[in-house]
Amino acid sequence: MSRDLYDLIGLVAAICFILALKGLSHPKSARRGNLIGAAGATIATLVVFFYGDSLPLKNLPLILGAIVLGLIIGVPAARKVQLTQMPQLVALFNGVGGGAAALVAIVEYLKLGEEAAKGGGAIGAAVLIATIFTVVVGTTSFTGSIITFLKLQELMTTRPVIFPGGRFIIAGNLVAILVCSGWVYSAADTTSVLVLMALSAIFGVLFVLPVGGADVPIVISLLNAFTGLTVAASGYVLEATLLIVAGTLVGASGTILTRLMAEAMGRSLFGTLFGAFTATATTVGEADARPVKSGSAEDVAILLNYARRVVIVPGFGLAVAQAQHTVRELADLMSAKGIDVAYGIHPVAGRMPGHMNVLLAEANVPYDQLVEMDEINPTFPQTDVSIIIGANDVVNPAAKTTPGCPIYGMPILDVQQSGNIIFLKRSMRPGFAGIENELLYDPKTTLLFGDAKASLTKVVSALKAL
Amino acid sequence: MSSGLALISIFVLAVFVGFEVVSKVSSTLHTPLMSGANAIHGVILVGAIIVASHSDNTLQLTLSLLAIVLATINMVGGFVVTDRMLEMFKPKKAPAPSDTSDGVK
Repeated sequence: MSRDLYDLIGLVAAICFILALKGLSHPKSARRGNLIGAAGATIATLVVFFYGDSLPLKNLPLILGAIVLGLIIGVPAARKVQLTQMPQLVALFNGVGGGAAALVAIVEYLKLGEEAAKGGGAIGAAVLIATIFTVVVGTTSFTGSIITFLKLQELMTTRPVIFPGGRFIIAGNLVAILVCSGWVYSAADTTSVLVLMALSAIFGVLFVLPVGGADVPIVISLLNAFTGLTVAASGYVLEATLLIVAGTLVGASGTILTRLMAEAMGRSLFGTLFGAFTATATTVGEADARPVKSGSAEDVAILLNYARRVVIVPGFGLAVAQAQHTVRELADLMSAKGIDVAYGIHPVAGRMPGHMNVLLAEANVPYDQLVEMDEINPTFPQTDVSIIIGANDVVNPAAKTTPGCPIYGMPILDVQQSGNIIFLKRSMRPGFAGIENELLYDPKTTLLFGDAKASLTKVVSALKAL
Repeated sequence: MSSGLALISIFVLAVFVGFEVVSKVSSTLHTPLMSGANAIHGVILVGAIIVASHSDNTLQLTLSLLAIVLATINMVGGFVVTDRMLEMFKPKKAPAPSDTSDGVK
């Protein structure tokens, strides 16, 4: 295959990626957009087997074997994952992509080093810089994504991890990366690049550790954009136009997306990222033994039965309990009784923006019942009952009243303005961000403890009996 | 135009396209969009295949094969998981959930 034909097919794949991102930005075309992207990636992968100086490609059986191995690992993971665990799987996929980009850059660097040693010609400065960038950022993205995975999977604490002198350790680490980059630039040998990789791996860990609970999705999005840029830089080293286009598209759109996500949460991107440098150990509201009002499923059913308008606020607990079908049953039952029912969807309820929409759509909840935060907030004063199911931080008034708390400034659902508040909670444990919620002690609040699905089932049968 | 400059021009133009293409997105689609973009950078697989086919010693070959495995997971897994997320958005006709369809080949 000629270079021209190869590049032309690459252009087709690049157009597919642009259309994919465009499609993914609108609900109606999102699924098609993803399929177009997959088609582009398939074309790009197939065509590389037919381009080269000597066909078939050298090491072909091993290459095919490695692809099959990747398929065996990746496809079942993607198909079997629970809805609740999708965010961390995306984080993991992003991390391995970053790792792959770093490895590609290292191999190409070793190869260029060998050629330079043989032929005497030095490696171009731009290529060296692109290589160093890819190794540093790709490896950072790899280890950083693994930490976000561990946080979301709750295999480690979801709180910000802040250790004394952290900012100096990070600064020292960055200086070491810069010095080592200079070494790689001048030495062009294997040891230097491996040391650089190790330093970057440490940086990835240090970078993500101080990020707390609710900010983790923003960091995943940012690392995703990083990985895109490393792919673009690898494309520069390999002179592969398609990689430059695809990587840059992801880098640019990922940056915008990260900003949009941060805005939706009322966070400054800067504050999220450099929290490590400014953070002091925040005082977490002390879990005091003030009285709370807990009720039975029957109490809740009675409150609901005589309400005219009910707003359901779903959160991560709904996803964990897989209670989306039960909550729909409850909503249908209330609608049948002539009660006006709506779902108040906080943009970052759950572990990821849009998490709740995906979950409730699975239970075939009608679109028009899902109301976004800006639209539902003015209606709370006319709402008789708000049911909060497994959510906490997104209704926590501390976001408005307590400057300095980790979620301060995040827009919340104003459930405290409704007539009655019902919390379905597993326990008094604070939410993902680890902040005490004053609303739990509000006289208007009734708590129903237990697994969301079990509690909802009880409420449904109690309501049917009324 | 030198080849290096041509590549940089492509880079700069792609930055603008990337900014434009996602300027307005409802928060509902933030996660699927991130996941889809994540799958797209899996095309590093192409780069991994190229370096693997040029490798002539064990170290280079091992590293590049590892890169192929990781990149394949990123790309294929990414598209499949995005499709699963978006499956929830499809227009509802039958209440019975349809069979999970395959995103990629």
